[in-house]
Amino acid sequence: MSETKATRAAYGEALAKLGHENDKIVVLDADLSHATMTLTFAKEFPDRHFNAGIAEANMVDMAAGMSRMGLIPFCSTFAVFAGRSYDQIRNGICYPHFNVKMAFTHAGVTVGEDGGSHQAIEDIALMRVLPGMTVICPCDANETYQAVKAAAEMDGPVYLRLARLATPVFDPMPFTIGKGNVIVDGSDAVLFTCGIMVNECLKAAELLRQKGMNPAIVNLHTIKPIDAELVRAYAAKCKRVYTVEEHSVIGGLGDAVADVLLSGGVACSFKKIGVQDCFGQSGKAMEVLAEYGLTGAQIAQTIAG
Amino acid sequence: MDTPALKNICTQVRRDIINMTANAGSGHPGGSLSAVEMLVALYFDVMNVDPKNPSDPTRDRLVLSKGHAAPALYGVLGEKGYFSTEEFKNFRQLHSILQGHPDAKKCPGVDASTGSLGQGISIAVGMALGAKATNNPCHVYAICGDGELQEGLVWEASMAAAHYGLDNLTVLVDNNGLQIDGSNDEVMSLGDLNAKFTAFGYRVIELGDGNDIEAVIAALKIPPMKGKPTLILCHTHKGKGVSFMEDQVGWHGKAPNEEQRAQALKELEG
Repeated sequence: MSETKATRAAYGEALAKLGHENDKIVVLDADLSHATMTLTFAKEFPDRHFNAGIAEANMVDMAAGMSRMGLIPFCSTFAVFAGRSYDQIRNGICYPHFNVKMAFTHAGVTVGEDGGSHQAIEDIALMRVLPGMTVICPCDANETYQAVKAAAEMDGPVYLRLARLATPVFDPMPFTIGKGNVIVDGSDAVLFTCGIMVNECLKAAELLRQKGMNPAIVNLHTIKPIDAELVRAYAAKCKRVYTVEEHSVIGGLGDAVADVLLSGGVACSFKKIGVQDCFGQSGKAMEVLAEYGLTGAQIAQTIAG
Repeated sequence: MDTPALKNICTQVRRDIINMTANAGSGHPGGSLSAVEMLVALYFDVMNVDPKNPSDPTRDRLVLSKGHAAPALYGVLGEKGYFSTEEFKNFRQLHSILQGHPDAKKCPGVDASTGSLGQGISIAVGMALGAKATNNPCHVYAICGDGELQEGLVWEASMAAAHYGLDNLTVLVDNNGLQIDGSNDEVMSLGDLNAKFTAFGYRVIELGDGNDIEAVIAALKIPPMKGKPTLILCHTHKGKGVSFMEDQVGWHGKAPNEEQRAQALKELEG
């Protein structure tokens, strides 16, 4: 687990690899291919890489048209531009259920120095409300590869939420869209999480164990469709439920879990740990994460009380 | 198909538009009537399409960017045989394949779901790019309204069409001069569209009368110019063919009542 890699880097590597296996895969960028890491694909497959320029809305609708010609387009830009291209994602892609993948990087506050204008804390909410959209936020490089592969293999729109920050690469875990993974089993609390917050939750769990607790960590890499069965089972087993996400506590993973628990009639306590209805700011990635109470130590403190 | 036969189809499609909007009690007759010649020319003379095989991968594509002109598209698709003309009575009704705006998931022959203005050229650019990437010989057409040219995405897409040298793309502009709140010039002036589109890299063909089917067909049959997308700027009349609707801004999104339907159909007896 000593190796670290950003999920955006793993995305670029996954595309370059999968590009050899599936000639229908094409990649679109909006002048950010250095940052979204699609450059390797662009070099290997120059005829299958399309730069839309600084025009995210046009990139998304071009992808809609390309999908109609039998191609599997991956749109790449920053997650903060999900809002900018939202009408195109809604009406151009999701309404007709076209086979387009949006792999948006630099999600969450760990974008760091660029500041709140560039830190998407709303993208999961925007994407999960769209009918037919699959929403995936992989926890590390291995899971990113699996997610990109699975997205290419399924028919229909997919949103992949990827991070800028390099984080630990875990041993490979099984990956099926819509099926969560129990990373650490436990008995007296459960942390439902996704993305790079999996790593922070592992740190938190270690600290909590030192205090005599036995928390479970469940990686819900697929936020939609959510693994309702697993959520209910672990909430019923552990009784104390926490959701941990690098996203607003409004409309994200926490709300998706809350929906399952409320409609499932599970008796448990419930707390959402995430960005508390505010925008981010500049700083080093881990400093900004700490500013919003999302480091492992802070998560442990919130849970231990 | 000869010109009188094509003109007869145009008249029939206009009757379909009046009947669909009158039956539904809603819809957009004005901008549907102005686009009839473009759609009839494309589906009955120019495009390589087969209504019996609407998913043929090599078929030509059409994106109706001005999706509110759905009754004109449905009239043409129905008369062409993509579905029964009996469907017309279900326009805008629950569970219908003929939604208020074209739905690619529900309606055979519809290549893209539209209705949110400004998106059509982008989608068509993607199709034309995709066709080139897959060595598909098809040609892609898009029909835009003039009002929707106020959307910035139109110009993003136009830049891309020229950048990628999409000579397999033809955009038609239905320049009827009117939009919901008034004339284009009152709401947001479009300026010199020929000069603007030329500057954006299109080969522009301007038609003084975009409701002249022979002229529209002649323009559509001009061979592509290598490495350049084509734009046909069609000056048309909103509400064309129905005297009390012609050039009247009020008929953008209003259905005829029974008396108006009868009068319109009488004028459209051909």
